[in-house]
Amino acid sequence: MKKYVIIGNGAAAVGAIEGIRSVDKEGGITVISREPCHVYARPLISYLLQGKTDKKRMLYRPESFYEDNGVKVMYGRAAVKIDPEGKKVKLDSGEEVNYDKLLSACGSDPFVPAFEGIETVKNRFGFMTLSDAEALEKELSEDKSVLIMGAGLIGLKCAEGIAERVGKITVCDLAPRVLSSILDADCASLMQERLEKEGIEFLLDDTAVRFDGNKAYMKSGKEVSFDILITAVGVRANISLLKEAGADCGRGIVTDEKMQTSLKDIYAAGDCAESVDSTSGQRKVMAIMPLAYMQGRCAGVNMAGGEEIIDNAMPMNSIGFFGLHCMSAGTYEGECYEEKGEGYIKRLYTKDNLLKGFILIGKNARAGIYTAMIRNKTPLDSVDFETLKKTPSLAPMGKSYRTEKLGGVV
Amino acid sequence: MKRVYVNEKWCLGCRLCEYNCAYANSGDTDMVRALRGKKINPNIVVEEYGDINFAVSCRHCADPICVKSCISGALSKEDGMIKVDHDKCVGCLTCVLVCPYGCIKEGEHGAVSKCELCLENSCGEPACVKGCPNRAIVFEDRG
Ligand SMILES: Cc1cc2nc3c(=O)[nH]c(=O)nc-3n(C[C@H](O)[C@H](O)[C@H](O)COP(=O)(O)OP(=O)(O)OC[C@H]3O[C@@H](n4cnc5c(N)ncnc54)[C@H](O)[C@@H]3O)c2cc1C
Ligand code: SF4
Ligand code: SF4
Repeated sequence: MKKYVIIGNGAAAVGAIEGIRSVDKEGGITVISREPCHVYARPLISYLLQGKTDKKRMLYRPESFYEDNGVKVMYGRAAVKIDPEGKKVKLDSGEEVNYDKLLSACGSDPFVPAFEGIETVKNRFGFMTLSDAEALEKELSEDKSVLIMGAGLIGLKCAEGIAERVGKITVCDLAPRVLSSILDADCASLMQERLEKEGIEFLLDDTAVRFDGNKAYMKSGKEVSFDILITAVGVRANISLLKEAGADCGRGIVTDEKMQTSLKDIYAAGDCAESVDSTSGQRKVMAIMPLAYMQGRCAGVNMAGGEEIIDNAMPMNSIGFFGLHCMSAGTYEGECYEEKGEGYIKRLYTKDNLLKGFILIGKNARAGIYTAMIRNKTPLDSVDFETLKKTPSLAPMGKSYRTEKLGGVV
Repeated sequence: MKRVYVNEKWCLGCRLCEYNCAYANSGDTDMVRALRGKKINPNIVVEEYGDINFAVSCRHCADPICVKSCISGALSKEDGMIKVDHDKCVGCLTCVLVCPYGCIKEGEHGAVSKCELCLENSCGEPACVKGCPNRAIVFEDRG
């Protein structure tokens, strides 16, 4: 009987458990979970504060999940060392766990730069975990002002989550626009306007250089008073365990198409892993939930002796703020087809006879047809792209595609 | 398992399936009251392309990318049928971003909506197929 050990208990771990069990119903699976709780949907912590979900509904898998899959979870334990020769993992409790196949699914941790005086700030929170959200929730009240550092996905989702529950929110970011890693200036300003309508204020191209108690001194010379400080400036892949064990690491743990690391019998998946973005050919950490699950699943299948590869990974995101949704996928290079209207932008990027990426704000019905064209590398001259670029639909994909997809099992 | 399959050469584009779908999922027992004056938002959509028409609904994929991508765990496969848990869904639309066939969409009350083969409503079998006068959609087991 094989012994599988998974470090971490997020989406990648769940994917791995389901992947392993699709091949091997017998082997023992042990999950080492630093967080002391059943797996929950991490992106839902902002919806929790918004009252759109609760702790029970935000469980990523049913309560019986571990039992159903014969998984032993060691809650509240962290892996501190991996011995790849002896094939064992050492925990913070001093215990050792032996493995035949090991998966690092330990995600990323927030990164907080060493701002001068940050230790003088009493009410300071990160926004990554359920316990972060619960701690923050205790401090929320309508007379309080909040400063959020970071106008990326996490900072803005936090802003949306607490907007109704605090007096004032200011968001600052060193970048000149919101969501700078996924949006260009035009698209970003559309999203920013939507957030501003809810009273959220922005200080862009600006950051705190010093803190003193409840005050932030900004690079621009401005001073911002706050009751609550939320730091969401960035995350870093948790690579140290594997790096110390000798695995190749860049920003993330380097993996191949099977999610295997450079070390024998050790795999990595999710936010801690680095893999090839098929739309740009570059290796990167793509920290998104769907990929975390799929990489975990792929790793699990391979760990259990099955065969699966991922050769079509790409960055993609669907995020909404106060009802305005923004979808993005792939790489923004090549020729751009644009449509624009009130509260609406569509941008499709094509190059070398392929759809490479897109941004859709405001209207997004059937967007997955575009995503599939990127993922499948559909040659544009094999479809009626003139029709497709206006309306994502299946008819312009051609008769044989329709017959296969609508007349058979897919 | 049985799924809804398309015979595009028989489809006249009459959109009866769209209406039957909207009615079956309205929870109402009176079709006129359920649909009159309302913009329908059915889980099956008729495409028109030159003289080609056909009705598309969820393929109930054997390897469903929507389920793998759902950020909340609201989508699941139950006896081959792909289901939405409306209480869990937070309406992030990640599933809309990944469904290759454009078969899942924004619904009401902040959750997405998709074809559940009328197994979750009182109809019990796909209302779209039952009402199609031309057998341009059929409910069959093709594996
Ligand atoms: C507020 C917020 C909103 C988000 N919104 C979206 C969204 O809308 N769409 C989207 O696609 N993505 C979103 N994401 C990103 C998404 O949550 C991540 O990509 C996903 O959770 C990654 O899954 P994972 O399993 O790789 O890592 P994680 O979910 O981070 O799980 C890793 C686990 O490993 C544990 N761990 C770490 N080190 C150790 C150790 N040494 N020993 C034991 N355990 C350890 C950690 O405590 C953690 O529980 C969001 C993230 C946040 C924080
Ligand atoms: S919603 Fe789309 S991806 Fe999901 S099962 Fe249906 S057709 Fe497949
Ligand atoms: S919209 Fe709902 S069902 Fe779709 S991915 Fe988001 S939470 Fe899951």
